[in-house]
Amino acid sequence: MAAPETANAVADADADADADADAVVQMQGIVTRFGRQVVHDGLDLTVRRGEILAIAGGSGSGKSVLLREMVGLQQPTAGTVRLFGTDLATLDADGWQALRQRWGVMFQKGGLFSALTVRENVGLPLREQSRLAGRSGRLDDALIDGIAGWKLALTGLPPDVVLKKPDALSGGMLKRAALARALALDPELLILDEPTSGLDPASAAGISTLIQSTRQQFGPTIVLISHDLELLWRVPDRVAVLGEGRVLAVGPMAALAAHPHPIVAAYFDKAERHAAVDPTAGPAPKPAPSPAAPTPQESTWKTS
Amino acid sequence: MAEPPVADLHPPAAPHAAASLQAGPAGVWALAGAWTRQGLAGLAQRLPPPPADGAPLVLDGSGLTGFDSAGAWALRQWLAGQAARAELRGWAPAWQALMQLAAAAEVQATAAPARPGAVRRLGRATLRGLVQAQALLAFVGQVAQAAGGVLAHPRRLRGRSVLHHVQIGGLDAIPIVGLTAFLVGVVVAYQGADQLRLFGANIFVVELVGYSMLREFAPLMTAIIIAGRSGSSYAAQIGTMVVTEEVDAMRTLGIEPLEQLVLPRLLALAIALPLLTVWADITGVFGGMVMARTQLGIGFNEFIERFGQELRGNSLLVGLGKSLVFAGVIAVVGCFQGFATRGSADSVGRQTTLAVVQSIFLVIVVDAVFSVLFNWLGI
Repeated sequence: MAAPETANAVADADADADADADAVVQMQGIVTRFGRQVVHDGLDLTVRRGEILAIAGGSGSGKSVLLREMVGLQQPTAGTVRLFGTDLATLDADGWQALRQRWGVMFQKGGLFSALTVRENVGLPLREQSRLAGRSGRLDDALIDGIAGWKLALTGLPPDVVLKKPDALSGGMLKRAALARALALDPELLILDEPTSGLDPASAAGISTLIQSTRQQFGPTIVLISHDLELLWRVPDRVAVLGEGRVLAVGPMAALAAHPHPIVAAYFDKAERHAAVDPTAGPAPKPAPSPAAPTPQESTWKTS
Repeated sequence: MAEPPVADLHPPAAPHAAASLQAGPAGVWALAGAWTRQGLAGLAQRLPPPPADGAPLVLDGSGLTGFDSAGAWALRQWLAGQAARAELRGWAPAWQALMQLAAAAEVQATAAPARPGAVRRLGRATLRGLVQAQALLAFVGQVAQAAGGVLAHPRRLRGRSVLHHVQIGGLDAIPIVGLTAFLVGVVVAYQGADQLRLFGANIFVVELVGYSMLREFAPLMTAIIIAGRSGSSYAAQIGTMVVTEEVDAMRTLGIEPLEQLVLPRLLALAIALPLLTVWADITGVFGGMVMARTQLGIGFNEFIERFGQELRGNSLLVGLGKSLVFAGVIAVVGCFQGFATRGSADSVGRQTTLAVVQSIFLVIVVDAVFSVLFNWLGI
């Protein structure tokens, strides 16, 4: 900021004091309104370096909007969003370009380009970046294809799909391919929107494992949105539950289970019913419960 | 945090010094610079030949200032199959882990399939064209069947939908059709004016403009404009509905997509296109009249009087009859391409293009057939 010295000196000092060196994402006082509908009302959220933070909450609690604000696809009505300590509102075009090289975003429906093959999709971020670097900075195609193939193999995709178009892939494969594209530039921050939505329990568990191994291999900070309790228990270090326009509770899953707020508690009521077979549930004779079989509750959880 | 991340690939503010690789004594290869996607540029020309099989192989990473997946993969490529046996010395732990991950990766080389030869491509294109022609024919049959069903039970016709499409496909096209036809009339009269003046046959501009507009230009121009306007929108609308599974939803709800989507559009164009053609006749002849007055000194009254004497009513009917057929071609091809959409957004665009190109082509083919036919019949 190169504005009038005296007027802004105080504000700048404040801003620096607010910026947390350990925070990768720092959202403060976020207010989002669509017309008269208030989505966020003074929301604060901090994601620390190296952690996996999950954002949970009911439909319409503004999870996806929050994610879009985090990556600059949408601007909050009020409040500041800092990524890597930089306020998004102060970024110029070059700053955005540099920032976009440091994150990888995976969209709920994949967001893979339907005109390109899966491998071209994964190689695209590298190709774009090397194209921008000019003639001297260009990486050769064999190298980019090799890296893309490697990333796809790391996400567990069989080699015969890499030359297919995304519309030929199943839901689980699509998510893996989308994750591979998000990983193309070795991002410091990985943002995943509902990585397991629409998948069967086995595929969803596979994605959870994949997210964990990704953290082991590349060590990014991960922010993800999920309703999948299986994933929420297994993957994140902390879970933030959204409701009433703010973050109702943040903490490890086990700590949230005892939270008094009704919205948070409602989450875990269902969770417990899901986890344990309730003996008082009905007159039906005890069917041998198989732990892997999906229960009706599970499907309700996955859909919203 | 449950456990600290194993790798921290991102040291603060790593400069992008060009990556390099130097051969040292006793099989030690010293890496230097940033082996990152920014630092790798032009590395291929600077790389020494890869180590011989079985020779001692030590990679010294102490000179690295940056390392990422791109660097790891470039190094793996250079090692060409010997990556697994390389000994890593002096590497930062995170980078070493990444290099080991890359070295251990099992990736099958999947080259893009070779481009088929010219003959094979021609054969495939021909086959595709034939298959599509057959599918189009089958679609015409299905539409006729659906139309028969609706004729038997007229209450199944969706009148409101027909009116809606008459409005957006017909009424809303009035300005553009009128303007285009007017300009065509102007051009025809202007081109004819010089020649006619040469022979002192100024008054024949009435026949020139009248016959050409009523029999040819008005129906053809209108059909081409509507093919671009409505044919494309039919293909895109139905194609998007196919992609979002709306068409499948209709089928499961017992709504026949052909009845709901195709017949109203077909009927609407069959109503709108002849009417638009009449409108194009009027504005086109008017364009000719304006030109005749300014260039050839034939007044409006004189023009209209001769127009009434010389032009026979069947010229108008010939044009209208043709436009009815054109309407069928445009609606059927547009809807057919919409239903031919498969899967993705890319496909919607492709089918929409095909719809416009094919319907304009077919309209012109049909027009040529009509010309020959009318000549034989002496109409």
